[in-house]
Amino acid sequence: MTALSVTDFQAGYDPDLPIVKGVSFDVQVGEAVSVVGPNGAGKSTLVKAIAGQVICLGGRVQLGDDDITGAPSHALARRGLGFVPQTENIFTQLTIRENLQIAAELVPASKRADQIDKMFDMFPDLKERPNALAGALSGGQRQMLAAARALLTDPPVLMLDEPSAGLSPKLVGQVFDTLRRIHETGVTLILVEQNVRAALEITTRALVLVDGALAHDGPTEALRDGKTLGQLFLGQSPERAQA
Amino acid sequence: MSFQAIIDGLIAGTTIGLGAIGLTLTYSILRFANFTHGDFLAWGAYLTLSVSGFLGGLVASLGVTTPLGPFSFGWGLPVSLIIGITLTILLTMALDKLLFGRLRRRGADAIIIVMASFGASMALRSLLEFIYTANPQYLTRELQIAEPLGLGMRATPDQLLTIGLTAVLVVALNLFVTRTPMGRAMRAVSENPALAGVYGIEVQRVIRVTWIIGAGLACVAGVMSGLLVQIRPYMGFDLLLPLFAAAILGGVGSIPGAVIGGLIIGLAEAFAVQIFGAEWRAGVAFIVLVLVLLVRPTGLFGRPS
Repeated sequence: MTALSVTDFQAGYDPDLPIVKGVSFDVQVGEAVSVVGPNGAGKSTLVKAIAGQVICLGGRVQLGDDDITGAPSHALARRGLGFVPQTENIFTQLTIRENLQIAAELVPASKRADQIDKMFDMFPDLKERPNALAGALSGGQRQMLAAARALLTDPPVLMLDEPSAGLSPKLVGQVFDTLRRIHETGVTLILVEQNVRAALEITTRALVLVDGALAHDGPTEALRDGKTLGQLFLGQSPERAQA
Repeated sequence: MSFQAIIDGLIAGTTIGLGAIGLTLTYSILRFANFTHGDFLAWGAYLTLSVSGFLGGLVASLGVTTPLGPFSFGWGLPVSLIIGITLTILLTMALDKLLFGRLRRRGADAIIIVMASFGASMALRSLLEFIYTANPQYLTRELQIAEPLGLGMRATPDQLLTIGLTAVLVVALNLFVTRTPMGRAMRAVSENPALAGVYGIEVQRVIRVTWIIGAGLACVAGVMSGLLVQIRPYMGFDLLLPLFAAAILGGVGSIPGAVIGGLIIGLAEAFAVQIFGAEWRAGVAFIVLVLVLLVRPTGLFGRPS
């Protein structure tokens, strides 16, 4: 069953200058997919545009059976598409609890308290000081809060844009452990990452984006030898890269 | 120097503070300095005056203008104020739909929206002058005796009412912003509107609520000013600079800050009049503003972005 379907998708900040150029792929329910590629390939633009943060210039996006092409981000969050931006992904001037309370507005009133408690159980670091300003959290804890916020609504699909960016190696390990646990709960995961090796470890399928176009779509095993991936990043055709 | 300046300053400061709340909310959520805000005060006062006159003519026999207790106005004024608030909200929503909303959707720079608000401010003011003339008007013509409060200070019941009403409104609004889902959403949009969308917040709805609160408080501030002094088409424009000063002094986005900023500006003006003379009124208030900002650039309650 398809969780997210992207067809001939084009997106960018300027209608005359598309950054994502005709990308098509399907993600099945429960799948974990990494989106990798060189700097400037359009990976972040792709997920931001799917999440309603960047202008969609053409093509079609479906969440399950719903056509969500060009829908505003608040409507997508309500429909069950979770998105964690790369930076500025929490409200630093609100408390940890308030960040979660805002997200909890999307679930029925009777379940809100339970969902917040569930997130505190999943991320015990956040439970220690729920009334502290989120701006006082460390980089890793901020990513935990951002993930907790997105997961609180039990979204069928969760997209994360470079969750390990700017974190120390120790914190990167924590973040990827968390992502693995999230995926084990059955959430469909789409992960944009610069840390390719770590991303390929926790996902089963990889999309390689080069210059805004899809250069490769296949199992992660095929890319773990580094050489193939390097050649794809340099713009070689998938057939030549794998030869 | 007499202590009367304290009462005079508090009374002027409450009007400035209430007006500054709307300005600071608009600035932090819509991200532009709204020059029409002063005119919302004036329009609120005139609309309430019109409703009050209409009520007086319609049901004069029901004692609409007979003073309520120690106050100078009858029950017609509170009723008119509620209708006046509604009309002022409709005016601001119409202005947002016709002007500011269109500019936002087209991605206009903040300076373009500020200049548009400057133009709209002049148009709104001219329209008031055209409809009501430039002659001052009054919500009540009852005379009130200022009662002694101790230490040589005196205030009329109407003046004390405005201080009490401001305190109630500020506490209520602060509870709304800190304890309710919409209040949290407003603070979230104020910090990062794009992220607010990702959290599922409908930013347009938050903007509408911001206009409603700002317009409602502007109308109350205009009526308070009109009740204590007089109503003129330029009353909002004259208050505009103190409103901005109060919002900046308190820290942009802070509701208690706007009110405390308003009180500080009001007190500075009142003491300036007593110590240096009326011509120094605005100057001293701005010197206070500059001195506070030199020590605390984010204002008294503002947080660094």
